Amino acid sequence: MDAVYEALVKIVGKDHVSNQPEELFIYSWDLGTTEPHRPDYAVSPRTTEEIQKIVQLGNKEKIPIVPLGGGLSLAGLAVPFKGGMLLDLKRMDSIIEVNERARYALVECGVSQGQLTSYLERHYPHLTHSEPGAPPAATIAGNVAIHGQGDLAQPYGFNSDMINGLEVVIPTGEICQFGSCAIGAGWFTLHPLPDVGLFLGWNGTTGIITKVSMRLFPCKKIRGIGQFVVADEELVPEIMYKITHTQMAEDIVAASQAIPPFTSELQHLTINIAADSEKELEFKLEIIFDDTLGEYIREGEGGFLGFIRGLQKPQISKTSDWRKGGGFEYVGSIMPIEKYPACYRRGKEISERHGIPYTVLGRCIGAAHAMMFSWTYAFNRAEPDTIKHAREALHETDDLVLELGGTIWKPGVYGQKLVMERLNANTLNLMGKVKQLLDPNGIMNPGNWEVR
Amino acid sequence: MALADFKYGDTIHRCFRCGYCKFPVNWTDVNACPAYARFRMETYSCGGRLWLTRAWLSDEIAWTDHFAHIMFSCTACKNCEVKCPLRFNVDILNMITAAKGEMVERGMIPSGVKEFLENIQLHGNPYGMAKAKRGEWMEGTGLLLYQGQDYLYYVGCVGSYDTRAQEAAKALGAVMQKAGVSFGTLGKDELCDGNEVHMMGEKGLFEMVAEKNIAQFKKLGVRGIITLSPHAYNAIKNIYPWYGGQFEVLHQTQVLRNLIRDTRLDISKGFNAQVTFHDPCFLGRWNSEYEASRAILRALPGLTLIEMEKNRDSALCCGGGGGNFYIDFLGGSADSPARRRVREAYETGADVLAVACPTCLTMLEDAVKSEELEGKLVVKDISEIVAKACGIAS
Repeated sequence: MDAVYEALVKIVGKDHVSNQPEELFIYSWDLGTTEPHRPDYAVSPRTTEEIQKIVQLGNKEKIPIVPLGGGLSLAGLAVPFKGGMLLDLKRMDSIIEVNERARYALVECGVSQGQLTSYLERHYPHLTHSEPGAPPAATIAGNVAIHGQGDLAQPYGFNSDMINGLEVVIPTGEICQFGSCAIGAGWFTLHPLPDVGLFLGWNGTTGIITKVSMRLFPCKKIRGIGQFVVADEELVPEIMYKITHTQMAEDIVAASQAIPPFTSELQHLTINIAADSEKELEFKLEIIFDDTLGEYIREGEGGFLGFIRGLQKPQISKTSDWRKGGGFEYVGSIMPIEKYPACYRRGKEISERHGIPYTVLGRCIGAAHAMMFSWTYAFNRAEPDTIKHAREALHETDDLVLELGGTIWKPGVYGQKLVMERLNANTLNLMGKVKQLLDPNGIMNPGNWEVR
Repeated sequence: MALADFKYGDTIHRCFRCGYCKFPVNWTDVNACPAYARFRMETYSCGGRLWLTRAWLSDEIAWTDHFAHIMFSCTACKNCEVKCPLRFNVDILNMITAAKGEMVERGMIPSGVKEFLENIQLHGNPYGMAKAKRGEWMEGTGLLLYQGQDYLYYVGCVGSYDTRAQEAAKALGAVMQKAGVSFGTLGKDELCDGNEVHMMGEKGLFEMVAEKNIAQFKKLGVRGIITLSPHAYNAIKNIYPWYGGQFEVLHQTQVLRNLIRDTRLDISKGFNAQVTFHDPCFLGRWNSEYEASRAILRALPGLTLIEMEKNRDSALCCGGGGGNFYIDFLGGSADSPARRRVREAYETGADVLAVACPTCLTMLEDAVKSEELEGKLVVKDISEIVAKACGIAS
């Protein structure tokens, strides 16, 4: 008789807990290059109260708890390094409220990006949220928990800057709320109450986010993507600065990749533009592509490739099939935009050293205050050598991010160590105290942010 | 069998488990895969099955009853294949079927699956009922046995033996009779079409069934076949040609649409109801036939067609495919796909949930009872709806 299993069955019902080898196998794996580690139990709770009971059980039995959203961070952030209970949170998938006037959506932690996008398109087509480039199965809560960015990053910043309120089960089992909701008001603002921002970027080591209120933004009737290309990577930062100055783009992404070969070594910029009328669209296209980028065309340095109406659902998972191998992982960084050329060149070198077709991308965040720059390394899941090369390339890239003066976005365990080696000693000490205070038994996602 | 010997051994690792396979086209939720909707564990998603299959064939995990349950709970609804954005998507369901086939080869199958297959081998139907009883549903209908008419009316196992589905079989027969269609049935001599056997990976038994059916059809001089069930439609239309069986195959909805279009049916009595239509997987995703049923429903006076959010290639499977209408690996919960589907139908405000498949009919009618929606939502086969519009008493 497994008493923990029986206790979990009592909490979530027998269909939603497993200690069978099949579930333990599946939940041992991250989709990237991180080595698998098996949990002891896979649990799929439906309510905040069930999560509370699971956390209380974990504390009583001193069993690790690893929260899992969409499982698409690819950085090994939800790998149960020390076993324990893997909490698949995707059954918590209710969209609780959309407030049209205060422009927010209150969702449970398992609501996917695709689900919210679809819901808004069908019921509130005049509102939208900032959808990341991840597959639609990525969750809203998982994305904000790792400081993700989406297709409204240029005007509005990180998705984690768009939070109006949080509900969190902290590691000792209490359910806490943050923002205006904490005083019984609506979920319309996180400010100006005392800042207790302890749950973003911590990889679930300080609590389990169970509800998120996310800001929604006006959605114009026409949305589409303008495409511009330049050969010289040195031009990309100034192009980004110029486009952000127009304040007319929803999203600005520069990317370069080895496949297909005819695009290799070119820098492709995709510029999302929205309008409520043909007149507005025409005006914005003229300002951006004629007035702002026209000089590059006239000088023979760049080309306008056209404007495509409609935003394609991100299909980044296609990257996994470039080597017919089912795998890729990337290092993301938050980096000054002026570093784009160096990021591109150095990343290309790393890729070439490891025999991996290079893929890099920079997304402008918050009127060019920074960019998220990523280096993607595809591998073949059936060829261990390619996984080894990808892993090495990822580690070299983590080092590169810090060398170039950036910060690693959602670092895996290797990147976390690099960050902690450089972290202000007092800050690191404070992190340790916070963890000790919130999680005295050290049960929350152990292996992550292991402050010594 | 080692991974290297598996037909898809050089492809199966290409699944990234990005999760597209769980969604409908319009991204409403992640419950478009019926088994994943039921259990909501990654193992029960298409990607989970592919990773587990690879692990099993690589000796990373051992076969267990639970593993087999995960594999055979796949209804072969094809949602995963339609939604997967990768180039090998045409093979992902074949991979699961091949893995089931490997289990069958090794005799490593759950008891319900074994019983299903044995019953077909012994009795020609999955229920284990006597062959002699197969034609009993025809008694009193005035329908004729096939004797060289233009079409063979192939009813299938569910329509022949399930008392509720028999009503649909009779309704279709009566409507075709009234329209003057030249057709006959095989009565007690009909044999399972084998579609579910194929989806369960039992190649040997499927070959036997298909060859017997093809031989019988040819011996009788059959050229055209009308099927009540989309499952039979799929098997006879798409798989029998591999074994030399080339026939003109029509699903009942295509026949009824044509009869209405050609004014060979008097539908003036109409059907006064708000109706929502459930696309059967083996008619829709497997054969891209989405419009025939809708054309019929739109043509009936008094009928208002309301679409569910998940319709056409986004329709949620009733959970009966792949033999699950019998082995019932997806039942027993409010999360069962059939119960989810009737809730989705009820949410539209429709009075009637129309189906075009005897398996869907039985699955969804049971679900209406489980959801305590009796009196609020009625499940009807499209043949029954047309029969009523033609003034044919049920």
